[in-house]
Amino acid sequence: MNLQVEMEHHRNILIVRLSGELDHHTADHVRMKMDETIQRGLTDHLVLSLKNLQFMDSSGLGVILGRYKLIKAKGGKMAVCDVNPTVYRLLDMSGLFKIMPIYDNEGHALSGLEVVS
Amino acid sequence: MSKEKAMERNFMTLQFAAKSENESFARVTVAAFISQLDPTMDELSDLKTVVSEAVTNSIIHGYDSDPEGIVTITAEIVGDTVTLTVEDRGRGIEDLELAKQPLYTSKPELERSGMGFTIMENFMDEFEVSSEPGSGTSIKMKKRIESKKALYN
Repeated sequence: MNLQVEMEHHRNILIVRLSGELDHHTADHVRMKMDETIQRGLTDHLVLSLKNLQFMDSSGLGVILGRYKLIKAKGGKMAVCDVNPTVYRLLDMSGLFKIMPIYDNEGHALSGLEVVS
Repeated sequence: MSKEKAMERNFMTLQFAAKSENESFARVTVAAFISQLDPTMDELSDLKTVVSEAVTNSIIHGYDSDPEGIVTITAEIVGDTVTLTVEDRGRGIEDLELAKQPLYTSKPELERSGMGFTIMENFMDEFEVSSEPGSGTSIKMKKRIESKKALYN
């Protein structure tokens, strides 16, 4: 599959790094991987790191919004970081930045979330 | 470059099974065809995104993920303008106005964002849907490739 999911916990914050192409075909895989880890219980907040995401369409937006609802329902916060210009335009158009913050990199995202948590 | 050359026409047709693994095949193939116009990275990624949206719609909504369905894409280049059509012979769209509303989706259980049509409208210069319930949907989109225009002037 042309999409890799890498996950790492930083205390109660789950960092998810996506690389490759996030479309309808790969969306289920990403959703499953993330939900599995979130349900395991160590995760309060979520950082989605998109540095190496080469392609994303509205199926990817669906995945992001779905995880946002999940984290929010548990009282957590979610942020995105390291977004390339192409993906940025799509997120901006969808109004995503009205509901979650965007940071330049993982470090800033982590300190941003730690401040609000 | 002469006027005749500027209005030169080229086209291609692509047909494939309505399977999600063909979504990346479709957008990469269309992008390869369009690359003869020397598009910018942004233009190319816009075109890939709209192909992905239209093909995904055909698979999920047109054919209810039945891989027996067939999706047809045609791409035509006239001068510096690309015309794409994406067609299926699926179930069609009952209420087109509703389907075009940003964030509306008929399949919220699949976590669809409801942004497909909005993205296509935003990324292309012209966008037109014709659909008939029970017999299929056709999407026609046009975009002028600016980088080529700069070359002509």
